[in-house]
Amino acid sequence: MQNSTQNELKKMAAEIRGRVISLSHKARTPHLGSSLSCVDILVSLYGGILKIDPTRPAAPDRDRCILSKGHAAPAQYAVLAKCGFFDDSVLSTYNQDGAVLAEHPGPGCVPGIEAATGSLGHGLPLGVGMALATRLRKFDTRVYVVMSDGECNEGSVWEAAMFAPAQRLETLAVIIDYNKWQATGRSDDVMSLAPLADKWKAFGWETEEVDGHDITALQQALDPALGTAGRPRAIVAHTVKGKGVAFMEDDNNWHYRIPTADDVKAAHIELGLK
Amino acid sequence: MRNAFADELTKLAAEDDRLVLLSGDIGNRLFDPFKAQHSERFFNCGVAEANMTGVAAGMATCGLRPITYTITPFATTRCLEQIRVDICYHNVPVIIVGVGGGLSYASLGSTHHSCEDIAFLRALPNMTVICPADALEVRAALHAAIAHNGPVYMRLGKKNEPAVYESQPDLELGQGKVIRDGNDVCILATGNILPVVVEASKVLATTMKIDARVINFHTVKPLDAPLLRDVFSTFRVVVTVEEHSLIGGLGGAVAEWMADTNSNGSRLLRFGTPDAFLHEAGSQGYLRSVCGLTSVKLADGIAHELRVVQGTNS
Repeated sequence: MQNSTQNELKKMAAEIRGRVISLSHKARTPHLGSSLSCVDILVSLYGGILKIDPTRPAAPDRDRCILSKGHAAPAQYAVLAKCGFFDDSVLSTYNQDGAVLAEHPGPGCVPGIEAATGSLGHGLPLGVGMALATRLRKFDTRVYVVMSDGECNEGSVWEAAMFAPAQRLETLAVIIDYNKWQATGRSDDVMSLAPLADKWKAFGWETEEVDGHDITALQQALDPALGTAGRPRAIVAHTVKGKGVAFMEDDNNWHYRIPTADDVKAAHIELGLK
Repeated sequence: MRNAFADELTKLAAEDDRLVLLSGDIGNRLFDPFKAQHSERFFNCGVAEANMTGVAAGMATCGLRPITYTITPFATTRCLEQIRVDICYHNVPVIIVGVGGGLSYASLGSTHHSCEDIAFLRALPNMTVICPADALEVRAALHAAIAHNGPVYMRLGKKNEPAVYESQPDLELGQGKVIRDGNDVCILATGNILPVVVEASKVLATTMKIDARVINFHTVKPLDAPLLRDVFSTFRVVVTVEEHSLIGGLGGAVAEWMADTNSNGSRLLRFGTPDAFLHEAGSQGYLRSVCGLTSVKLADGIAHELRVVQGTNS
């Protein structure tokens, strides 16, 4: 996964999107718009930033990546399968009766899943704990937590946001998939989220705003070599819900809508997939 | 109990570098020795219990053995979702320690009372619930909780509780302990009310010639089913006493067990706090009295029940 060229990562992102759309159709599961909006963030992380080895998924010094917006799990499942954490045939059983992969990931359901998520606002405190523990155990480990903007409604997020800088947790980074929607409305209207980057700055985080679909920009912002003077890092990634498929983009109906066979076909054509 | 907890933990942390202590901005002075000896393993998590609980779970996934500590309602019901999802669903070894169980903080008002915590935490899969009865049992319980490789809730009183034990007892999780033997009635008690129950058994013996067996049910979950089978096959009247609501605590757990088991027609008599917030100011002793949890009131209630049962027989 190291040194993948940007073109390869873009191709990977398109394939992940195609797979996620097919999974949503086959398993009849919602949250497609949310899954598509964070694909480039996950590809940036797994395609060169994370220090992980699919053959040693429990290595104590590995980097941790928590998808705190657990409803986008199909995107993470597809990325993990692509990276070789588990076989693609397991991915094909997504959400079937008795399968290991549910709509939200259970604890240790497959290698590479670091935390059970689905209830929002849990990933950041868990990630803070992992970063503190690995620092205490003197591992060269970094922890990355991917959250949604709607998730920032949860008070526990801001408890953790105050705590991590107090602990000078420079090995922790949060990436907010800021697609400007939550389940039933614009995220800036529901909870007065804006100015989101300023909030994280004010809480003491080294904060940067990037285009959340620009893999090069994301990887530059996530580069572990960047110094933060002891501060944790917050990346506010501006994204489009449903990104990659014109008829899904920025249409919040795709928070819950299930794609038809024709939708899948049209989406795959647009993504340049067969 | 809290001093014994802090002291024992400080000692154990010297032998076990996995132990880390997370405090919800309480324990001023109490943890000074811990901080002096293990400064890098003490985390003041502020008044933010949801985060503290999630942080502890995250640490536990990385091989540490975190202990969260704050006043009981804030360590438990305040952050119940984090306990359920982060600790219990992941089934990681975090020890949640609540100080001020039951009415220990009586004078602080109902926000600081904790009479529902056992019910909530007992319902969570993977959770073990321990209620030590005195300072020496706190030390034993802490050893057992650390040895247990899973989530534990430990419910403490506050400080200067009367002693039940003269030396540190052996404590096996899930195994009740006979404190006083007797043949007329069996009293099962958990946690900080046990010294009152021991007093009640003395009142029963001296003034009413009733010989009570007293059993310390320090572990409310898992329940000691073999011991319950023995008790219910031996006694016509079995009593539970706890400084906790009658809904969902030790008495509730024993009632559930009875409903699922052939309990030989024995009568269960439960003492605890009412299904109500206590609005009056007052000391722990006063509020215990309001709730019928004094040695004399317990002895009277038990003696009355025995007379009723004997009357039914004759």
